[in-house]
Amino acid sequence: MRRRAIRPEPLFFELNPRRVRRQGYALPVLDVPPIESSDVLPPELVRQPDPHVPDIGEMEVVQHFHRLSQLNYAVDEGLYPLGSCTMKYNPRINEQIARLPGFAAIHPLQPVAQIQGALRLIWELEESLKTITGMPGVTLQPAAGAHGELTGILMIRKALAARGDAREVVLVPDSAHGTNPASASFAGYRAVEIASNDDGTVDLDALDRMIDDTVAALMLTVPNTLGVFEHRIVEISKLVHDRGGLIYLDGANLNAFAGRSLPGLMGADAMHINLHKTFSTPHGGGGPGAGPVTVSKTLLPHLPVPRVVRVGDNFELLWDDPESIGPMRGFYGNFLILVRALTYIRGLGAEGLRTMSDVAVLYANLVRHRLADAYHLKYQAPSMHEVVFDDSLQARHGVHNTDIAKRLLDYGFHPPTMSFPLIVHGALMIEPTESVAPEEVEAFCGAMLAIAKEAEENPELVRSAPHDTPVRRVDEVRAARNLKVRWTPEE
Amino acid sequence: MHPWVGAGLDDQRHILRLLGLESVDDLFTSIPAEVCVERLELPPAQDEDGLRKVFAATADANVVMDSLPCFLGAGVYRHVEPAVVDAVLSRAEFFTSYTPYQPEISQGTLQAIFEFQTLIGRLAGLPVANASLYDGATALVEAVLFSHRVLRGKRDLVVIAETVHPMYRKVLETYATAAGIEIVVVPPADDGRLDPEQVRAAAADRACCVVLQSPNFLGIIEDLPPLAEVAHDGGALAVQVVTEAVSLGLLAGGGDFGFDVVCGEAQSFGVAPGFGGPHLGFFACGENHMRQMPGRLVGETVDEEGSRAFCLTLSTREQHIRRAKATSNICTNQGLMALAATVWLEAVGGAGLRELAASCLARSEELKRRIADNGGPWRLAYPQSPTFNEFLLVGPGAGPDLVDRLAKENVLAGVPTATWGGSWSDGILVAVTERNSAADIDAFAAALEKLS
Repeated sequence: MRRRAIRPEPLFFELNPRRVRRQGYALPVLDVPPIESSDVLPPELVRQPDPHVPDIGEMEVVQHFHRLSQLNYAVDEGLYPLGSCTMKYNPRINEQIARLPGFAAIHPLQPVAQIQGALRLIWELEESLKTITGMPGVTLQPAAGAHGELTGILMIRKALAARGDAREVVLVPDSAHGTNPASASFAGYRAVEIASNDDGTVDLDALDRMIDDTVAALMLTVPNTLGVFEHRIVEISKLVHDRGGLIYLDGANLNAFAGRSLPGLMGADAMHINLHKTFSTPHGGGGPGAGPVTVSKTLLPHLPVPRVVRVGDNFELLWDDPESIGPMRGFYGNFLILVRALTYIRGLGAEGLRTMSDVAVLYANLVRHRLADAYHLKYQAPSMHEVVFDDSLQARHGVHNTDIAKRLLDYGFHPPTMSFPLIVHGALMIEPTESVAPEEVEAFCGAMLAIAKEAEENPELVRSAPHDTPVRRVDEVRAARNLKVRWTPEE
Repeated sequence: MHPWVGAGLDDQRHILRLLGLESVDDLFTSIPAEVCVERLELPPAQDEDGLRKVFAATADANVVMDSLPCFLGAGVYRHVEPAVVDAVLSRAEFFTSYTPYQPEISQGTLQAIFEFQTLIGRLAGLPVANASLYDGATALVEAVLFSHRVLRGKRDLVVIAETVHPMYRKVLETYATAAGIEIVVVPPADDGRLDPEQVRAAAADRACCVVLQSPNFLGIIEDLPPLAEVAHDGGALAVQVVTEAVSLGLLAGGGDFGFDVVCGEAQSFGVAPGFGGPHLGFFACGENHMRQMPGRLVGETVDEEGSRAFCLTLSTREQHIRRAKATSNICTNQGLMALAATVWLEAVGGAGLRELAASCLARSEELKRRIADNGGPWRLAYPQSPTFNEFLLVGPGAGPDLVDRLAKENVLAGVPTATWGGSWSDGILVAVTERNSAADIDAFAAALEKLS
């Protein structure tokens, strides 16, 4: 990322202002007879040329995006400790393999004899995820974590309906990610919040009181968004199951325990796995992700279709199954993301997977150790892969978590996840992941300590941050008040 | 030790000492022993060379579209691949960053999305487009749920054309069951197009929206203006689904004819077929309904020095603020694919897109003419209806059987419709793009003639 002031990059629509016809890409030569579109298309449906969309040269295109790219911070630049996002390194071998024409240039509706490799890859990733979670079934369809949640809850709904047991409520802890209640609600349930107890985990007594025959499922994140493991997970699952409910685990934080512990043994009925978190596929500036869902025996019949089925050494596609919830999207999932995830799993092996979690947890505890005197830690329970501080010590000097985040930008780091989970006021949720060298973690801690000191000695410096970024603090309130969500030609 | 783990063994021991711990196991004591395992049964770690070999073997077990004259479409199309698209997508500043929550260090991603929103809006003929959805099928679902919200949940009926991609309709069924939405399907008339009067009768003043696809699943261009009119007459929103986004280079978007939502799949804009994903859902609507819109939105604003800047906006609609009452549960979307489409559209250019679409049309018409002239047993199902770059071929064995026979003649002929059924005769959907040379078209026609 460039730090000095640069000339502002125009919008595409402001380039080539004289609208000269230039060429950014030479199309294949038209080697069939040309036709007049209005001879074959209904003339009233034909588009008029749009003078506001220019044509620019290839180098103009490259420079435009090169310059834009230099306004971005990225994982490759430095620590990106967004809690619960697991911003780990994206191995370059994954990128090479996903670009093989045998994966990138195949069509999802080719005859199955022509796509045996692709079906095999899907099957192998399914088997690997079943092993990693200790659960008997999986769907790779969901395009992201939230999509996986919805898929899981719809399967739960279908399973309960098959039992003739319609229920109305999904319980969600107050520390949960916002997608949890949203997914429950889109699956037709009422999301009801359950309070956390003093150590940040689920209050078993409260749960006992709330679980009745209206509760379809409990959605739990393990470890939860405070980075704390639900150490009574087995009792919790038993309680829910005994009363006819099911357990949905949010696997966003699988990076904390993959290779050590099995959600299947925890009593999970469904769990989504964010491949763009634990399994290293790139976050892409906001996707594409992938959110496979592993399931227990109870939910096996209800997995989405189409499904890949192994028949001897061959693979086939099953398009229909009356027990299934149906398809959750087009085709079979974000396939090229699945390719990357399987590459990562094969590259790590069982031992590497365990080392990955070990170091992720070790680094989070290093951060906790380094920052414990400078930042307030509301929940003292042991940290797994992330640690959640708050700004209460700095707030005394009028410095809030947003200011700390913006000041971190000046120090060359991406800020932690801010103001989440909601049960910690002024939260700073830090997840270093296992990828970086320890020196990078120490450098981040150094910056955090320096900012804590600045907050005491020169709070205005922190409050007016960032000072050294491509643009200064951005007016987000104005953006929402005067909505301008597209370029328009000047009147 | 592992290349993807930043700490070596000594580093780990050093940190453990600092924390006053004996072993890394001491960090995991809060996980009950009964849910732990000693070791997973996974294959051992492989080095890069090994990975390349194994995955190349898997990739080689697939038939690559480019290896033969290829006419597969049905929602996934093979268009030109300017090298600049992958070059931009390979920049770590784009692909290793995340959702631009911190606008001061994300202006690159934010401005690119703003350009994407503008480009999609101009093609759709509507002022507002979001930052992307998962794919065309889920974009359609979001359009239905959006219409349901806009009409305040008072209308639980959706009228949808049978000629909307059947896979999309199946996905809608999955979601509609949970949302308590009833679906009524309207089959096409004899010419493969929707009859507005049949739509009017089905909507019966009870529907929250009327959904149709144009060009439709059979490749046929619908007569949009009267269809928007009957939807509105019955108090419903009009939704156009587009699965071949390149058609918008030559055909005006539904917004120009009064459609309230234009949504669908933009894979055609520079996104690899990739065996079905990741692709690129898009969604455009009017300003009046912007607050009911699903998904992320980038807005223009200024920084504290008054310079133009961009940031995520209207996030009060989204799950991280509204939780159970959000307009969608979507969080991670298809950011990098939206970037691919933006680079592709800007490289191809405004006039270039029109020319590209015209090239698809000319090639498709040429193949249609050749098949009609052939006089063999296989014919166009709807010879009189206007198409853009795809059409239904029917005749004896026109399905998986003919596809296999043509594959033996080294032509990837298209997609059999029998997978999904329908009120039309089973056949093969044949798609023709600017990537199909005259030689490809000759090969297709010659193979058909040979099998006649």
